[in-house]
Amino acid sequence: MTTAVLFDNVSRHFGAVRAVDRVNLSIAEGEFFAMLGPSGSGKTTCLRLMAGFEQPTAGHIEIFGETAEGVPPYRRSVNTVFQDYALFPHLSILDNVAYGLMVKGIGREERRKAAEDALAMVKLPSYGARRPGQLSGGQRQRVALARALVNKPKVLLLDEPLGALDLKLREQMQEELKSLQKSLGITFVFVTHDQGEALSMADRIAVFNEGRIQQLGRPEDVYNRPTTRFVADFVGSSNVLSAKLCQRLGLKTASASLRPESVAIAPAADGALSLSGVVAGRSFLGATNRIVVDVDGNRIAVASPAAQSVPAMGTPVTISFAARDLHPMEDA
Amino acid sequence: MTVVAESFVLPERRGTAGRLSDFFWRHPHVLLTVLLGPPLLWLGIVYLGSLFALLLQSFFSIDEFSGLINYEFTLATYRQLFSEANLDIILRTVSMAALVTLVSALVAFPIAYYAARYARGKWKALFYLAVMLPLWSSYLVKVYAWKLILAKEGILTWFFEKLNVLWLLDAWLALPVVGGNSLSVSYTGTFIVFVYVWMPFMILPIQAALERVPANLVEASSDLGGTPAQTFRHVLFPLALPGIVAGSIFTFSLTLGDYIIPQIVGSSRLFIGQAVYAQQGTAGNIPLAAAFTVVPIVIMGAYLWMAKRMGAFDAL
Amino acid sequence: MRSEKINRVPLGLKIAAAAGLAFMHLPILLIFLYAFTTEEKTYQFPPPGLTTQWFAVAWNRPDVWAALTLSVKVAAIATAAALVLGTLCAAAVSQTRFFGRETVSLLIILPIALPGIITGIALRSAFSIADIPFSFWTIVLGHATFCIVVVYNNAVARFRRISGSLVEASMDLGADGFQTFRYVILPNIGTALLAGGMLAFALSFDEVIVTTFTAGQQSTLPIWMLEELIRPRQRPVTNVVAMIVVIVTFLPILGAYYLTRDGDQIAGAGK
Repeated sequence: MTTAVLFDNVSRHFGAVRAVDRVNLSIAEGEFFAMLGPSGSGKTTCLRLMAGFEQPTAGHIEIFGETAEGVPPYRRSVNTVFQDYALFPHLSILDNVAYGLMVKGIGREERRKAAEDALAMVKLPSYGARRPGQLSGGQRQRVALARALVNKPKVLLLDEPLGALDLKLREQMQEELKSLQKSLGITFVFVTHDQGEALSMADRIAVFNEGRIQQLGRPEDVYNRPTTRFVADFVGSSNVLSAKLCQRLGLKTASASLRPESVAIAPAADGALSLSGVVAGRSFLGATNRIVVDVDGNRIAVASPAAQSVPAMGTPVTISFAARDLHPMEDA
Repeated sequence: MTVVAESFVLPERRGTAGRLSDFFWRHPHVLLTVLLGPPLLWLGIVYLGSLFALLLQSFFSIDEFSGLINYEFTLATYRQLFSEANLDIILRTVSMAALVTLVSALVAFPIAYYAARYARGKWKALFYLAVMLPLWSSYLVKVYAWKLILAKEGILTWFFEKLNVLWLLDAWLALPVVGGNSLSVSYTGTFIVFVYVWMPFMILPIQAALERVPANLVEASSDLGGTPAQTFRHVLFPLALPGIVAGSIFTFSLTLGDYIIPQIVGSSRLFIGQAVYAQQGTAGNIPLAAAFTVVPIVIMGAYLWMAKRMGAFDAL
Repeated sequence: MRSEKINRVPLGLKIAAAAGLAFMHLPILLIFLYAFTTEEKTYQFPPPGLTTQWFAVAWNRPDVWAALTLSVKVAAIATAAALVLGTLCAAAVSQTRFFGRETVSLLIILPIALPGIITGIALRSAFSIADIPFSFWTIVLGHATFCIVVVYNNAVARFRRISGSLVEASMDLGADGFQTFRYVILPNIGTALLAGGMLAFALSFDEVIVTTFTAGQQSTLPIWMLEELIRPRQRPVTNVVAMIVVIVTFLPILGAYYLTRDGDQIAGAGK
């Protein structure tokens, strides 16, 4: 399998700020890769390093085996879907989509045909004559996608592509992006702060914090087996069990993560672990109830099915979970 | 069909433009130099150079017998500047500028307030144009218009006559200092023309400042029991102040340096601008003219520094 | 209910605003009336009679034509220079980050922030020190210096509106710096430059304070008018010229307004 993007110890510093700090990653050709993290975590800078808008302070970047440093953005076969779409307001939709072909000197007729095909691909076949200002947010997003894909890039970068859309549209676009990526086979790298988006679309996820990759892996692994406290907290709010509790449960790690949905309020069955505490908080979330149980000062969230009755505040309860759901973590 | 990229790095665009583009991209500082070089050279050499040369001359003096400039460092010219007659000129100019600024603010405020709070849509555009056109129309034509208006046989006298209050005008002209033979040769005339010509510069900054005041602040104040006067004093005026100060930079500076208006409409007593003009022209005393120009520069410097501290530049 | 509150204008404010606007406009309207007066020697009001003969007289005056031609030439060349220099500066200040940006902005604004007489006398003494004789070009030099800021203000306001990602998007799609300038930046700032150019033209066409110091023996139209104001020779011709100047300066202002009305205002305070 060919490596599409390779980061070898890449850093990008702005003065004293280490936006990206010694990042290593390798993205395979045809992969749908997500960079997830809060704002300021370095994920967008990594994207800009791939696009060529930023140059690494240290380290080495390779794209399809070729050195990327010193190659201007306009000479990279990499295209970007910008967060604000960045459609050219003075050009029609068709001219927007054909822009990349125009500056490469491709004939008028040929680029019109290609742009129309690209618009058809994003399901906006008859919108070519309009201006960006006449389109809705979702439509602009599709145009931005068509404008990037018409150049047949080797890597497509997406910067928070769905951030500005409402929930319904976002879910629909997630599906479409995913199937588009599968049918085209182009490597997609996208940046998001929405863990749900990353989990549902990506083949692999890199979780960023403070300029570094905290964990890199398949969505299931990142979700179920966070390796650091940050990932446990940021991706789906896992419980983090302190060293003391771990010790009590017979684990020899600094801390461990435990997903709320893996915990039940019930006495332990065979082979299961259990802890006792008192109910310290309850809230109704729709499909589930979130019950917080205080175990000697550790607050452990339990996702309990809505059908089950909720114990009153202050009630002493026993919580139980399978040993395999408890995942040791690296940091305290 | 389309070019399918064989490799990640696309081929270079042919020709000089392509190579130059790559060069600029790799060396952004060169690009910056190319962009900034010409304007900075122009302003730095032509403008700042001239200004500096002028200020330098204020430290020279003029030889009283030959009328030639004596190129030796001296403060004599500044001693001359602070002679009684010249101090009188400076004082007269500064008080005129202050008065013009004050009255301009008073006249401009209602217009700016109306435009910011009440004018909507088409009216707003019309208001904007109604301010912009007089602001930008010819300075000399505006002065000329007032020469027509203030002339003894002009429209103002006619107007007072029709209302049978000509005695009022005569009484005003009989007053010391502000009066004179006719309005067109009195301080009153000079003052009116100054206000007319520079007041429009006050409107847009005040309007900009007022537009930043959310309408509900005014409503909140009246909701809390503030009378309109209290609302104005405690809410609107403090928030509009940066705009007034920004506008006053123009009215003050422009009045300070003007030499044409007092020459055409006014008494024979000089303002700074006229003094500079006379010293460099007929008197040929460039050092004293240069020293005179230092006065508005210092005053404006202090004024700008103060305005900056008040945050007036955001309203520009 | 809220809109009702907004629309109820206090009567005092209405009167004050209307009076202020009348104060600004009536004197200019008076110029139009005087262009038609039959009175030759004084500024008599009301005019004893109305005539259009002074238009013909003014039309046949070679000195008016010479002054007008000179003014148009100076304004055209000063505007062209200001367009180039102002745009370069605006591009540098808004598209890049560098140390001393504030200083550059200050330097550009200085020629209009300081009274015109200072710019004028500074240039005049510099010309005399450098032994440069007064000519057409010394006038242009002075005018271009204070016209730069008008173009700069308009261009900077527009640059600020072009989102930074447009330039990046263009580069991302394969356009190099020159292509990006031609296909993205220029179409987006074009109208702002045109507006800035028109204002610069109007400013130069009208300028008198700096010009008196840099002109030598030549007369631009404002210098011609100034001489007429100080030593009136033929008042009716002055009246006609004044009216024509008003009309000629209104056109670029209106043009600039229509070019920039959606969004940024003309940097009017920057006159």
